[in-house]
This record gives sequence, structure tokens and C-alpha cells, in this order.
Amino acid sequence: MSTIRQLPETLEPDAQGSNSALNAEDPGDWTLEIEPQAGLFSIPVRDIWRYRDLLLLLVYRDFVALYKQTILGPLWFLIQPVLTTIVFTIVFGQIASIPTDGLPQVLFYLSGITCWSYFAECLTKTSETFIQNANIFGKVYFPRVIIPLSIVVSNLLRFGVQFALFLCFCGWYAFSGTGIRVNAVAALFPVLVLLMGGLSLGLGMIISSLTTKYRDLRFLLQFAVQLAMYATPVIYPASALPEKYRLIVNANPLTPIVETFRYGFLGAGEYSPLHLGYSILVTLVVLAAGIVIFNRVERTFMDHV
Amino acid sequence: MSTAISIENVSKMYRLGQVGTGTIAHDLNRWWARFRGKDDPFARVWQVNDRTVASLPPASRSAVSDYVWALKDINLQVEQGQILGIIGRNGSGKSTLLKLLSRVTAPTTGRIRVRGRMASLLEVGTGFHPELTGRENIYLNGAILGMTRSDIRRRFDEIVEFSGCAKYIDTPVKRYSSGMYVRLAFAVAAHLEPEILIVDEVLAVGDADFQTRCIGKMEDVSRESGRTILFVSHNMASIRRLCRQSCLLVNGTLDSAGVTSDIIDRYLAAGSGAERILTFPAGQEPSKGGVRLNAVSVVDALGRCDTRLSTSDSLRVEVRYTIVNSIRSLRVSVNLSAQDGSLVLSTSDFNHQAADRMRAPGSYVSSVTIPAHFLNIGKYVVSVDIDIPLTASLVAGHDVAFYVDELTVNHLGLTHSARPAGAIHPRFDWQIDYSPMHDNDSSITRYATL
Repeated sequence: MSTIRQLPETLEPDAQGSNSALNAEDPGDWTLEIEPQAGLFSIPVRDIWRYRDLLLLLVYRDFVALYKQTILGPLWFLIQPVLTTIVFTIVFGQIASIPTDGLPQVLFYLSGITCWSYFAECLTKTSETFIQNANIFGKVYFPRVIIPLSIVVSNLLRFGVQFALFLCFCGWYAFSGTGIRVNAVAALFPVLVLLMGGLSLGLGMIISSLTTKYRDLRFLLQFAVQLAMYATPVIYPASALPEKYRLIVNANPLTPIVETFRYGFLGAGEYSPLHLGYSILVTLVVLAAGIVIFNRVERTFMDHV
Repeated sequence: MSTAISIENVSKMYRLGQVGTGTIAHDLNRWWARFRGKDDPFARVWQVNDRTVASLPPASRSAVSDYVWALKDINLQVEQGQILGIIGRNGSGKSTLLKLLSRVTAPTTGRIRVRGRMASLLEVGTGFHPELTGRENIYLNGAILGMTRSDIRRRFDEIVEFSGCAKYIDTPVKRYSSGMYVRLAFAVAAHLEPEILIVDEVLAVGDADFQTRCIGKMEDVSRESGRTILFVSHNMASIRRLCRQSCLLVNGTLDSAGVTSDIIDRYLAAGSGAERILTFPAGQEPSKGGVRLNAVSVVDALGRCDTRLSTSDSLRVEVRYTIVNSIRSLRVSVNLSAQDGSLVLSTSDFNHQAADRMRAPGSYVSSVTIPAHFLNIGKYVVSVDIDIPLTASLVAGHDVAFYVDELTVNHLGLTHSARPAGAIHPRFDWQIDYSPMHDNDSSITRYATL
């Protein structure tokens, strides 16, 4: 194969006099080939594995740096959902009297908020991957996908703490005799977490890729995330939906996730394996699309930022 | 010895100007063309990367497109264990080439193949987080540069010792002095163990003593472990010291490659052209903050810029510029460097302007005379900076090279003298005092009476 059209004549052979042009025709034991376009699904899996320590350190950085010079520190992980639950209980529970599937209002809202805030936080943070990290990306290579992955993982920590809080409340209510029934569906919990992570990762990667050149989407996203909460059964149960809105809310892949979560841990909600299957399918499609688009953009996004 | 890096027909195109509503039209156009299986319609009208455009023939100057080839058809093979210097003026494509190699961005066409693990240092301290301690940042920065945690743990003590920040290692780096910060950052970088290392100007930071240690460290490493290094710098002295071989980029193309000293000569010669004058055509002048640089020239005592300069005559550096709106505290400085890149002197007109330091709009010439019998024989480069001290750098890095010869007319005619050692060769007053020895040494006495 003769890919070299022209070699400058002045190019100096090295001391041994070996001809560099000949060496270029070496059989391919190259460790790396850089070409204008990457394959559609060429995920640098080996690279990602090699940089796994970076992922952990980024998670550590996010965790440590976020609460440096604060008095309450990681307690803020808990204050946020507690305050939101109080406000939701007052506004939606007491004033608007939205039904809660017969569940204690505090548990109902806390379960919704815990799930929703994991998804929303992952989505907004991952969608800023390229813009927020332009200075690092412009100076050094590592698999770019490490950054959104680290965001999803560090939010998982946060989610873990908030989920523990939710379990404490569950325990409290069960102890004081309110009828909540943890059942076998709760075993789907890891699947639900994967789905929320995967969906927000996929969407975030798509949005971050699209915003490298055109920033318009960023503005859209800010309030789209706020509004999307109302299209998810966070402050109302799916069972209380009027028929004409059901289709929209059921089309939302987060709906079965939140409902299954509630059903498993609290014993009330709409759990249907088929609907959850739909959610899994959407997540896989979004994730695949995210990876493809992200892969395409990451190679040259520095030229546009 | 085998090839560590093979660069084949690599080009990189950039779009000029800003991304805005116009961009989407171009993008749609391009997608449509690709959809129909045609070439990129905007890649066809291209221009060479020459910021001054002075070198383009007038006909093509009007056909300037929005796209520019920052690199065009680069072919280069780097042998394993070679330390290759990359030189070129600002905007010649050096940094673009390094960006492609370090995979910050992908080439537009061509292919780069690499054998061995590669790490790049386009900056030291990438990813340092001010809130984290020195220790935490060493791990984080090391991981960003491609080390694993066990790599870093193994070399941790060495890194800390090299940085000289052992006492502050558990203090957040935001409390560090800027010198400590840079030393810590470089210490991590210096302990990377890739087979191929790509370094961009990072030695420009840090104090002189630390720079020397860093260069020493790089030399050691490449000698011991046969590491391949690509080194970009404006500092000819460090290029000369580190790299046996270099290549020269001019306007995005590979001008030449070979032994470093030849390439540096070529680089400096290319800067001067036939005449010692750098002019910018109207509309293409480098300008910022209301100052436009029109021309830089090095002229002889009679104001000519196409003659031989002699050590025995004075010469003058003239900087012509236009001020569009009134500026206070402007400073025009001239930095004179010797051929090896070492700075000979730096001088400015700052203390020679009116007391209120106000310059009204108009055309200006700031010129400085370098007296006769001051410079040595050899090639020099003047670099012009226009700035407002401590406030803003306006125009920087426009070089003119010139050659000073020593011409002596004696009974053999016009002759060249050998170059004395040293950066400058001023004519100082010497005096020879003599007092005869008391033991009546006849020869000296006789000589003295001659």
C-alpha cells in the first residue's frame, strides 16, 4: 500500500541511515491510528478501561470539591430532598389535594423526588460535558465519555445517600403501622437505577454533542427539565391521570420507572412489565444514539467550542 | 530502529470567523453535498494559512474563503528514540499539528499512526482543581495525563521531591504561590512514562532554575529509556540543546526537516526575506485596542534596509504604527535575540514619551538606534511588542531577522573577520599601562622606547 505521495527530500535519515519512507510501510503493529472519521460504533472500550482510575478520581473530585468550605458538607445531600418534600407536601398535598395512591404524602413525594432528582441532575450535568470541560479537552486526550460517566457515577453516590434516607422514612412509617408493603418488585431496583442512569447519560450525551456548535439547546434544556417533571408521575400518581393525558405520560420512559419504584417499595402504583420493557427499549435506543453522536462530535468538537 | 510516529498526508481545515446563524446554512449545504456523494463544497475554495496574506498574489487575495488550511499535506516520519524539534512562527501550524497528534482534535484528511504509548503535554497542570490538596491534584492530574493510580503511587515521593512542595502537599493548591503551582504541575508531567512524549512550550513557565532542571530531566529520560519526544518551542536555545533533528513549518506546510542547526538557520533566514523589512498591506495589519502595526524595519545608518549591516556602523529599528483612538501609557518595545534564541536586550520607548503618556490618533514611528561597535557578527532577530504595561498586550511577536557582518578594508581589500565569542561585541576602551621592570631587562626597555 502506498499512501505516501510525497516525502520532503530534506527529511533526514537517522544515524543508522535507515530509510524512514521504507519504515512507513511496516506491517501494522501500530498501537494507534488517528483518522478523520471514526467508525459509527467504535467505542474505545480498552481506553475507557485504562482510564478507569481517572473516572474514580473525577468522582472523588466532584464529591470533595462540591462541599469544600461548607459547614454542613454532604448533609446538603439530605437537606435538598427533605425541604422539597416538605414544600411538595404542603403545596400539592395539602393545598391542591392531589391524591397519592393512598400512600403517606411524605413517602409518596420523597420517592418521586429521589428518582427524579437523580435523573434530572445527571441529565443537566452530562449535557454540559463539552462546554464545561473545554479547557481540559483542549489540552489532553482521554476518552471523553469518561466525563459523563463520572457524572453519572458521582450522582449515583448522591442518589445512594438519598435512597438511604428514603429507606429510613419507609422504616419509620412501617414501624408506626402505616400500611406500606415492600414486595418482590423491589428487587428490580438495580434495573431501575441502571435505566435512570442510562437514559440520562444517553440524553445528556446527545444534548452535549448538539450544543458544541449551537448553544441554543442549552436554554431549552434548562426549563425543559423543569417542565418534564410534570410529565412524570412525581407529584401525582399515574392512576389519577385523566384519560386524555395518559398517552403523553405513558410515553414518557420515566413513568414506568418511577411507578415501578413506588410499587416495589411502597406497594402502590402501576407496575406493568410490558411498560417497563418499553422503558428499557427507549433507554437502549437513546444510549446507542448518544454514543454514536458523542463519538462523532468528540473528535473535532474543539474546533467549534 | 522503527518508526514511532508516521504522519501521512495530514491536513486540517478550520473555519474562520464566528459560529452563528450562517454556520447552519454551511452545515446543511455540506450535509446535502455528502448525501449526494459529492465533495465538501467549502473545502474546495481554500487558502493557505498565512495571516498576513501579503504573500498571496493579488488575484487570489480577493478569493479568500471562510476556510483556511491550518495544515496542508504534512508527511513526516519520526524514528523511535528521536527527539524532534518543531519550529515555525506563530500561526504556522505547530500547535495544530500537536493537537492532532495528541488527539485533541481530528485531522480533516490524512492519517497518523503511532507505535507505543503516547502522552502529550500541551499545558502543565491540566485539570488541577484549586480546592483539592497538592496530593489529590497529583493523582488527578496524573490520571488525566494517562497514569494509573498505582503508577502515581509508585512515583509519588519522587514527584513531591522534584516539585519541592513537600511541606504543602496537604494544602489546597489555591493557597499555593504561582511558582509552587507550576512546579507541582511540572513535577507530575516530568514523571510521566510514555514511550512517546509530545511537549508544547511548557518550559516557558517557571523560573529559570526550574526550567534548567526540567530540560535536564527530559534529556536524562530520553537518553536512558530511548523515549521519542516531539518538542515545540520558540526558544531556539532549548531546541538546539534538546533536539538533534528538527522540522520547520511555514504557513501550514512542512518546509524542511533535518539537522537542527540547519533548520534554525533556515527559520531565521526565512524571517528576513531579501530585505530587513516586514510590512502589512492595508486591511491586513495586526491590530488590537486601537493600534495598528504597519511595518517593522531594520535600517542602516543611512536609512536603507537592503544593504549589508556592519558592526562598525549604527543601525536602527523602526516600528511604524497607526493609533486609531487616543491611548495612554502605550509602550513599544523591541526585543533583540541572538541566533540561538537567547535574548540580548530589550528596550522600549516608554520613558521617552511625553509626560502625560498620551498618544493622539495618527501615524507614528518609534525607532531605536543601536550604536556602532555594539553587536557581534551574526544573525539577530528583532521582535516587536506593543502593549500597555500591566494592562494589555496589543500586538506581539512580529519578527525581523538581520545579519550583522564585520567588514574590514585593509591592504587585502574587503575582508570578513572571524566571529569573536559572546552575544555582543562592544568596543570598550582599553588601556595598557606599562612600567619598566627594575632589573633592567633590556628587551622590554628597548620595546618600550620604540
